[in-house]
Amino acid sequence: MVREITLGQFMPGDSVLHKLQARTKILLLIALIVFIFLCKNFVSLLLISLFSIAVILMTKISFMKYLKSLRVILFIVILTGIFNLFYGTGEIIWQWWELRITTGGVCNALFVIVRIALLMMVSAVLTYTTSPNDLTDAIERLLKPLTIFHIKVHEIAMMMTIALRFIPVLLEETDKIMNAQKARGADMESGSIFHRVRSLVPVLIPLFVSSFRRANDLAMAMECRCYNGGKGRTKMKISKFRLCDLAAALISAIVFTGVILCNVYFPIIF
Amino acid sequence: MKEFIKTENVYFTYDENEDSDEYALKGVTLTIGKGEFVAVVGHNGCGKSTLAKHLNSLYLPTTGEITVDGINTKDDDRLFEIRKKVGLVLQNPDNQIVAGVVEDDVAFGCENLGVQPEEIRDRVDKALKAVGMYDYRRHSPDKLSGGQKQRIAIAGIIAMEPECIVLDEPTAMLDPQGRDEVIRTIIDLNRNMGITIILITHYMEEAVLADRVIVMDSGNVLTEGKPRDVFSKVELLKKHRLDVPQATELAHKLKGCGYELPECVLNEDECADAIEKLLKNH
Repeated sequence: MVREITLGQFMPGDSVLHKLQARTKILLLIALIVFIFLCKNFVSLLLISLFSIAVILMTKISFMKYLKSLRVILFIVILTGIFNLFYGTGEIIWQWWELRITTGGVCNALFVIVRIALLMMVSAVLTYTTSPNDLTDAIERLLKPLTIFHIKVHEIAMMMTIALRFIPVLLEETDKIMNAQKARGADMESGSIFHRVRSLVPVLIPLFVSSFRRANDLAMAMECRCYNGGKGRTKMKISKFRLCDLAAALISAIVFTGVILCNVYFPIIF
Repeated sequence: MKEFIKTENVYFTYDENEDSDEYALKGVTLTIGKGEFVAVVGHNGCGKSTLAKHLNSLYLPTTGEITVDGINTKDDDRLFEIRKKVGLVLQNPDNQIVAGVVEDDVAFGCENLGVQPEEIRDRVDKALKAVGMYDYRRHSPDKLSGGQKQRIAIAGIIAMEPECIVLDEPTAMLDPQGRDEVIRTIIDLNRNMGITIILITHYMEEAVLADRVIVMDSGNVLTEGKPRDVFSKVELLKKHRLDVPQATELAHKLKGCGYELPECVLNEDECADAIEKLLKNH
């Protein structure tokens, strides 16, 4: 039951987006998100939306999957949309007591909804097309400059790797413990929330104990293999930037310039 | 045979108190030759796992000395040299795999040693082929069976090009098929790559395959010798709550009833042959 939870939503494939370097994707994603928020009128918003949708289609992953990623935040999107309807100035379209919907408000709402939706979907592009291992590796390399501030970048990346490795192991274990407790008559599915939370304690304690045991074993196994932190360590896979990374950066740069130009040449409404 | 690991009168206690009498190892003295395949057996708590962890200096003897290829395990400066020579495979395959992709995990040890990337690639491929897991190199370990995971763990050690591999009950958590895979891999490494193997196990059927069997009981060596010599002492082993292979026990009991059987049979085939001969003579 617990095992069905999927973590890291990586979907293997062979699209251009899958082939790009994880570092390229992270950096371009950050840039894209910044530019989504820099859009000041509908023309630039349209441009960046079209670009985002093009990128999404290029991943060759069904569009439905992306829409599903929106479901989680649907409530927030609608709520912020509704609130934004009542803010803003301009011609009054509808009024009841102190509440009034204005043209400005409608624009605000549209902008906010499109922005949040785009934000979620382009972030999903990164997690759908990059394996968790590539992701941690890329984070380690991108954060490398921080080592001069004595931040232990290698250790952080190592922790992420180990966490990702052990999530399925611990999920399976949770499942086993829950079944064992159920077999002894534990009731986890009925009663008040308070009761149900309390019935999780006999699951969490053994899980906790066993993860310490696992940690001890793993530490020993790592020591056996001469692990000594990041110093003097080499890597088997060295990812290099390739032509497609450069192309992706160039195309994105052109689109981002387009956004700026649209902001300048068309009236700013937001 | 050149001697490779030597333990001299090793005492070890988990208790920090100096005056504690509870020793896990009580004067273990052993020599293990280069290229040998040694099995260590004993019931739970006899100190065999504790001994295993001494051999690559995870634990240091409370008193006594251990040398690996002439290096004392207490020599802190040469710690990595020892660990490079003697690899340790633990019982639970899940707990010793670090990375989320098979080949990345096999590379882990080499990466720690600072080997150049091209050479790591080379070693990883060789190690994966040696354990027969090359086709799974891009898989995630949690989709593999126990036996496959344990072979990955062994590959991770082989990639570091050790001279000796210590396996601490590597088959205890595996199903019969996985056990078979792992044991075949171990024998193959010993015969074809000349790696010294120290196999700690409580399956007597596995111990029979070794060149030499060391029987441990309450922190010390009870007896050692060729499998045939050790398992012929059925009474002694039974007295110390140890099993012998089922075939050996059957033959021993039949002999006790007055049937004429060879001194010691080690496996089903030998036992079947002996009984066949017996029946034909009747």
